[in-house]
Amino acid sequence: MRPARGAAHLKGGFRLAEATAAAPEVRPLVPHLTLGETRDQDYLNGSICKNCNTKYVGPRLFCGKCSSAGPFETVRLASTGEVHVFTIIHQATPYVQAPYIAAIIDLDGGGSVNTNIVGIEPKPENVKFGMKVKMFTEKVSEDKEGNSYVAYRFTPA
Amino acid sequence: MREVAIVGVSMVKFGRYADRDFSQLAAQSGLEALKDAGMTMKNIEALYSGNLYQTSGSGQRILQQMGQTGIPVVNVANACATGSTAFREAYFAIASGAYDVVMAVGSEQMGKQGLLGSRGDPATSLEGRVGSYMMPAVFGMAGMEHARAYGTQQEHFAMASVKNHWHSTGNPLAQYQKESPLDEVMNARVIAYPNTLLMCCPTGDGAAAAILCSMDKARQFTTQPIKVAASVLTSDPYTDRDQTLPDINTLTRNAAKIAYETAGIGPEDLDQVELHDCFATAELLHYENLGLCEDGMAGKHIASGAPWLGNKIPTKYEEDIAPFVDKTYKPKTKAVVNASGGLLSKGHPLGATGVANIAEIVFHLRGQAGQRQVEGSKIGMAHVIGLCSACTLNVLQK
Repeated sequence: MRPARGAAHLKGGFRLAEATAAAPEVRPLVPHLTLGETRDQDYLNGSICKNCNTKYVGPRLFCGKCSSAGPFETVRLASTGEVHVFTIIHQATPYVQAPYIAAIIDLDGGGSVNTNIVGIEPKPENVKFGMKVKMFTEKVSEDKEGNSYVAYRFTPA
Repeated sequence: MREVAIVGVSMVKFGRYADRDFSQLAAQSGLEALKDAGMTMKNIEALYSGNLYQTSGSGQRILQQMGQTGIPVVNVANACATGSTAFREAYFAIASGAYDVVMAVGSEQMGKQGLLGSRGDPATSLEGRVGSYMMPAVFGMAGMEHARAYGTQQEHFAMASVKNHWHSTGNPLAQYQKESPLDEVMNARVIAYPNTLLMCCPTGDGAAAAILCSMDKARQFTTQPIKVAASVLTSDPYTDRDQTLPDINTLTRNAAKIAYETAGIGPEDLDQVELHDCFATAELLHYENLGLCEDGMAGKHIASGAPWLGNKIPTKYEEDIAPFVDKTYKPKTKAVVNASGGLLSKGHPLGATGVANIAEIVFHLRGQAGQRQVEGSKIGMAHVIGLCSACTLNVLQK
């Protein structure tokens, strides 16, 4: 899995010329998103504690439930799930367009993620508890070095 | 463990103090608390200072204003439960026998930027791109969990604002002292559904202080020592979605169980509660978490009038609330909730909140709460929850 952010291009020693000359990368915005060669190959990753079978979203080294060091098995999480709860955000941080739907999705087969639901008008009556949704990914931002960041979103299935 | 008493309290009116420093606000509350206890700094053996933004050296800077006597200082940060955690440390310092008289002070200067002020690098911030992590979203969704489980409507939550804003008109220490009828709350602009602007607490500046003393020495200083019957702190235990959507309920329920056992009381014995209504949705969830009503009954409980000052809906709001009243519902507790106006009116300068709640309960137990006095109050509880996640409960007894 690629690191979420930071300096993958600095591995093996810091050399300023090389670092600044590095080609812009496409990076996942969160560590629990694994990027494929194309956007339709992206998927959410998780880990299962082999000691207590708890499924976590993203990579883990230690288990907060059973208080062990696992070991952990890295797994691919489902790209489909259902809406646990949601809210409509009207007062957003400056670089985000409001209103939008923020939601907690329970993924099929386990794991819950925080996300935006897009593709429907952001009104409470348009979102239903238990509504089936599916994931897609897209580029959401770019940093000063030209690296772009990919996030996942959900739409009604 | 020894019995612990509160012998002095003070709260500086919450608001905006652009021309003051947090340490000056804190020193003002500290000096007022000393006066209230009939003491000077010479009596204070240790200071426990809660401040979230000034995590390093807040207490020492307060002593520079209030009296540099060289006593031990412990600086505490624990999210919104910062002030109440400092109070609990002070409690244990007395209970353990280490000291006889100590001070807990909570302070914060938030300015106007609020919680939208800094979200890191816009290129890599998750906020708004992978859901929302800000408090309005968390507490909006916590309310929606209740709506999903029990069919709670936006109006039920909004009633908490109607009640607390009404209570605030009797509290000169509250940041806002302005009533808001149900339609005004409902029609205010939405911040994060179902909470509208009038269902969110304001940010601000403020400070509060409490002086704690061993019960056997308390009568040297006051004729009205207030007993700390329980002082509880919990963190969030593992629950399935906790790391995605903070679970504000389980740790409060765990704390309530311990607090009631320790104090040897039940929720039906409480005359009043100051609970953490950072958003109107939270107030209803905590009715159930603290056992003030059965699970799923929070909407009926607030509409019944039980948690309102005087245990009934004021006549002027009866008509608005009538459609939500279930005449067959019998409230199991009579505790007035947030007689101060709650965080929704009083304000929520993070580190100051926990100590201010305790000061408020003390005012009532002493019969000093003026127009908002809960008549004959003998037992009160102060509740705070901070994400990620700390819950404090302090049971105070006359």
